[in-house]
Amino acid sequence: MAVNGAVTWLRRAEEIDGYDLSASDSEEVHVLAVDDSLVDRKVIERLLKITSCKVTAVDSGRRALQFLGLDEEKEANGFDGLKVDLIITDYCMPGMTGYELLKKVKESSVFREIPVVIMSSENVIARIDRCLEEGAEDFIVKPVKLSDVKRIIDYMTMDFREGEERRGGINKRKLRDDGDDRFSSSPPSTLSSSSPTAPSNWILRPDVSK
Amino acid sequence: MEVGQMQRRLVDYTKTLFMEGFLDAQFLQLQQLQDENNPDFVVEVVSLFFDDSEKLLNNLSMALDQPNVDFKKVDAHVHQLKGSSSSIGAQRVKNACIAFRNFCEEQNIDATLRCLQQVKHEYYLVKNKLETLLRLEQQIVAAGGSIPMIDMGF
Repeated sequence: MAVNGAVTWLRRAEEIDGYDLSASDSEEVHVLAVDDSLVDRKVIERLLKITSCKVTAVDSGRRALQFLGLDEEKEANGFDGLKVDLIITDYCMPGMTGYELLKKVKESSVFREIPVVIMSSENVIARIDRCLEEGAEDFIVKPVKLSDVKRIIDYMTMDFREGEERRGGINKRKLRDDGDDRFSSSPPSTLSSSSPTAPSNWILRPDVSK
Repeated sequence: MEVGQMQRRLVDYTKTLFMEGFLDAQFLQLQQLQDENNPDFVVEVVSLFFDDSEKLLNNLSMALDQPNVDFKKVDAHVHQLKGSSSSIGAQRVKNACIAFRNFCEEQNIDATLRCLQQVKHEYYLVKNKLETLLRLEQQIVAAGGSIPMIDMGF
């Protein structure tokens, strides 16, 4: 199995500037980040990119729904070229709060499976509980640190990898051997949540044998 | 001045800012996000913070200058400023905002006006210091050196 390719490719993707990966490329975790603060958007974007994620950052819940294709004024158009793997949203936003966005996502039959993480500067138990009850995956207290983001991404990719194992897809031990050198806390994985056919990223590693 | 000296000066200056409470651990987080591929990350974030803050401070001045002060609006602006200052590690600005919000809740016009002055004061202080710090970093890079990573033991 060419699992070597998956690890090195993740690293490569960060270094290759402007490389046009195919539109349906789902090997990187694609995160939709929602925050009305420009400063916070810049920081969360960088935190996610450094964790090897692809990022789309928007400034409101409304825009997040539009991006997903859930806006009332536009019907979901089945656009899956940029599939979202995770939504990370601020809680306090003018207009639609992060909580309201969470609810809308969880109410959608198409998008309810997307994990949603809430960020907030207020460490209020009642708020945290409310979000978790509504289906939030996790809750980060601001200011967001690299360890917070790593934890979330690790958790996500680990979940998937274990699922893969059950389906008999990937040799877990082999992955771990390759991973330890590259990412100290993030085990690598093929991050696609679609079925594990040979991902297009392996084209970048011609010496990999399948 | 040679690079080693400049680096030592930067380290000392940065440490002072931490000791005096101007910056906290979050600033170090930002520095760790900077690398050869993103050499201007800190400058960019700090610049966004400056622009954002000045806008908010203007809005605050106007909001507190009204005959009937809308404290909810004032609080919303302070909340934003608290958030962004927290995100870049501008600790004293953040703390001034926390105090400010308490007085907004009390709807105390005199106290909130004082708070505004305090926040402005802290903001201009940290702006000055960050500009100095970033200038020192710039000089080091221009001279071919690298920016030393500070270990504050956080």
